[in-house]
Amino acid sequence: MIEVRHLSKNFGSTVAVKDVSFDVSRGEVLGFLGPNGAGKSTTMRILTGYIPPTEGTARVAGHDILEDSLSVRRRIGYLPEWAPLYGDMEVIDFLRFIADIRDIPPGETRERIARMVKVCGLEKVVGRVIHHLSRGYRQRVGLAQAMIHDPDILILDEPTSGLDPNQIIEIRELIKEIGRDKTVILSTHILPEVSQTCGRVLIINEGSLIASGAPEELARRFEGRGIVQIAVRGAPRETIETKLAAAPFVDAVRSLHSTGDGLHHFTIQGTETGGLGEKLFRLAVESSWTLAELHVEAATLEDVFRRLTRGENA
Amino acid sequence: MKNIWTITRKEFRSYFDSPVAYIYITFFLVLSSWLFLRGFFLVGQASMRGFFGILPWLLLFFVPAATMRLWAEEKKLGTIELLMTLPVKDHEVVLGKFLASFFFLTVTLALSFALPILISVLGDPDGGAIWGGYIGAVLLGASFLAIGLFVSSLTENQIVAFIIGITLIFAFFIVSEEFVLYNAPRRLVPILKFLGLGAHYDSIGRGVIDSRDVIYYLSVIGFFLFLNVRSVESRKWK
Repeated sequence: MIEVRHLSKNFGSTVAVKDVSFDVSRGEVLGFLGPNGAGKSTTMRILTGYIPPTEGTARVAGHDILEDSLSVRRRIGYLPEWAPLYGDMEVIDFLRFIADIRDIPPGETRERIARMVKVCGLEKVVGRVIHHLSRGYRQRVGLAQAMIHDPDILILDEPTSGLDPNQIIEIRELIKEIGRDKTVILSTHILPEVSQTCGRVLIINEGSLIASGAPEELARRFEGRGIVQIAVRGAPRETIETKLAAAPFVDAVRSLHSTGDGLHHFTIQGTETGGLGEKLFRLAVESSWTLAELHVEAATLEDVFRRLTRGENA
Repeated sequence: MKNIWTITRKEFRSYFDSPVAYIYITFFLVLSSWLFLRGFFLVGQASMRGFFGILPWLLLFFVPAATMRLWAEEKKLGTIELLMTLPVKDHEVVLGKFLASFFFLTVTLALSFALPILISVLGDPDGGAIWGGYIGAVLLGASFLAIGLFVSSLTENQIVAFIIGITLIFAFFIVSEEFVLYNAPRRLVPILKFLGLGAHYDSIGRGVIDSRDVIYYLSVIGFFLFLNVRSVESRKWK
């Protein structure tokens, strides 16, 4: 749906985006992750035709963003950062205005608005002036405006910024729901958001793309060595510890604590990334221990993000 | 075409979404009537000439007040990003906004019709001069609007748009005044006389509608709307 090739954008001598290329396929929810000022908004503005790139090109649904900007804009629903809206309009009038501009046939306008009101939970505020709405409602009006023409592609710039935790969860659910049959690009600097809503993540720092992949994949790739926590019973603590330490795939064992019913907890660091859990399970079976708990500790996206954006090597 | 009309409708309505428009219209009518009637009863002639004489000076202040918000606020609130990423062409937005302000001005001027009606009751004014005066005022006002709208697109501060708007309109209006022409280098005189918004207004106001004057005003409007489109596009040049 979206093909971005070697996109760069300079503002004077400042480089906002530097040689970014990526693809987004239909039905994918892509997360742009990066610290503030990394170039997320600039990339989105280029894709939506607000500003042109300095170099490079992009195609959205087969249309070039420069040569065929209007067709691109017709297929995109865009929520700019901070959800700028016409404050002195009533919600319903605003949506009607967008519906008109978006070429929705007059006969369908009412039905489309009604659907957006329902999907975005705007029932209580349709007749209110936007200026008086809370941040959460404004954000939802922004989403309604972006989706009213049922676009194939949604570009959402920090859709959950400035919302309270409940609103964040609601908006996330909404995006997940939409993401089932639409292509969505959303930006954020909140990490859990990405792992919860996005199928794939692009990490951008200082204008450059520094990593991409599924959230779990990224976490795994940057995990280093696997760490597993287990709880075992069936032998004395010392016996288990010695045997674990002697296993070829174990780098280090740390005994945590033992409970009264003979359950011993350990943290084990493996020598290589994958398969540690399985190997431990097999070892437990061979030694006829009972493996009561096994928990593979994945590196979180936070770790990945911090390592990458601070320039540390993974 | 449809997009232009959609934007015109939205902008025209938004004038009346706040009480400012009503205050604006009332103030304009009170001020213009008062300034006019003050002299009217002294002179004792059933003529609108006094009214059309002061009108440019009122429009000088009222027009930038009507246009200052149109772009500056979009820039300040960031709604320009929403607007310009909708499937509309830049010139459609410019035209839509211009037409909205034009209709707003026309409504304001039309409400001052009470004056010619009053004069017709009191005496027998020259109808041609009155119609000419109104047509001249609409054309002059529309030129002022195009300048004011352009200035609004240069800043995100409405007050700055208002003041620069007044300054630029004032400059365009007075270049053809006798005072300026008298002091200007001789070679520039015909050019200034042609460029000045005022000279053409006076000739239409006499009830003589010359196509050259009309074309002149349409060119001024077209020129500033063109500059406006360029200035809206300028976000792409950075």
